[in-house]
Amino acid sequence: MNFNVKELTEGTKHYLEVSGELDAYTAPELREKLMPLVERSGHTIVVDLSEVTYMDSTGLGVFVGAIKAENKHRSKVILKNMTKRVRRLFDITGLDEIITIQQDEAKEGK
Amino acid sequence: MAEHEITYREILAQYIRENDEQSLYQGQKFSYRLIEQGVSPEEVVHLHVTSLLQLYPNLEEELRRSFKFLLEVMIDYGMAYREHQSLKDKQKQLNMEIELAASMQKRLLSKELPNIDCLDIGAISRPASRLNGDYYHFVCDEKEQVSVAIADVIGKGIPATLCMSMIRYAIDSLAQAGMDPNAVLENLNRVVERNIDDSMFITMFYGLYDSKKHRFFYSSAGHERGFFYRRKTDEFQDIVAKGLVLGVKEDAQYQNYERSLEEGDMIVLLTDGATECRVGDRFIERHEITDMIRKHAHLSAQQMVAEVYKELERMQKFELKDDVTLIIMRRIV
Repeated sequence: MNFNVKELTEGTKHYLEVSGELDAYTAPELREKLMPLVERSGHTIVVDLSEVTYMDSTGLGVFVGAIKAENKHRSKVILKNMTKRVRRLFDITGLDEIITIQQDEAKEGK
Repeated sequence: MAEHEITYREILAQYIRENDEQSLYQGQKFSYRLIEQGVSPEEVVHLHVTSLLQLYPNLEEELRRSFKFLLEVMIDYGMAYREHQSLKDKQKQLNMEIELAASMQKRLLSKELPNIDCLDIGAISRPASRLNGDYYHFVCDEKEQVSVAIADVIGKGIPATLCMSMIRYAIDSLAQAGMDPNAVLENLNRVVERNIDDSMFITMFYGLYDSKKHRFFYSSAGHERGFFYRRKTDEFQDIVAKGLVLGVKEDAQYQNYERSLEEGDMIVLLTDGATECRVGDRFIERHEITDMIRKHAHLSAQQMVAEVYKELERMQKFELKDDVTLIIMRRIV
């Protein structure tokens, strides 16, 4: 599957739907879309990861950058609907404790 | 150029006259001389047109025009070619610098493994390309405590390598012998957090083996889980230790864990280059790694890590996607 980031904005709320493999080659594309949004004070960014088939540490790096910017700019980043494989990465790196992760019931355990 | 013109004209005239191998050979030799002197492709075409006009002053107009056309084409071609050449030179220089960095890094990394009676230790660390973003480090103190660090810097190549050198020096200055693993990680985290780019981080596992009580104390900063092997039950268990990766939160706290080892028990530490490796269109399962270790368990620790690495390499058709590091420590008495 080709990498793609779909963006939808409603006022101060932004939805990013990411699909494909998030690695060293595709991470810059997500970073370019995500970071300007996170730098807007008071905005909320929901990143849906249900269609992300693979993520490596460079992909995690994008979210580490977002977490740091979120604290600095008082915005809010929410990650949604990770696959088990991606969720495991957040667990092991301890990043699950400093970033908000949500799971839609319908997509549980995918 | 005038000298070239005469030579070229003579060779050309002879070839047109004789249609022979000898002139072709001379033409070839002549072209080497042109390359040596940096004569561009469009200059060669120019040389050809001038020589031809001197040999055949009544050349048809269509033919003359066609050469003018060829000359224009070759001017652009020549420009692209020169740019390509200069890029190639630059690439050569970059490659040389990388080679130098790689050999410096090798010197930083290649350390002898601690020699301690009760432990058989093996370690291997191989980069996917020339530079390694993985790192391991052993220290043995006079109280016969062995400390071990294994780390993985996000990404690969030059940035990861620079980061790794920082870790190496920070460990040397911060990790005093016998220090609690969580204190080491907390100290390192502060250094890394201050000196690292916002989207980078490092995962690290730090352990301390007390060779008198045969207890292993450890702490993890978001590092890929290793395994404990219990010989009595012939079982591998994940080494579970929760903790945030280094470089994200200045005041991150880490927890100490401990476990005792009996004779024949093993501690297996690795980086995600081993566990996240792709085999065709699937990922390797963790049990496949432990199966490999079990298969080679009759060997020494160093032979074991070498064999497992070889199998991983084979499975990935000798094209590693990520740096791989593997450490095995086995209690032998």
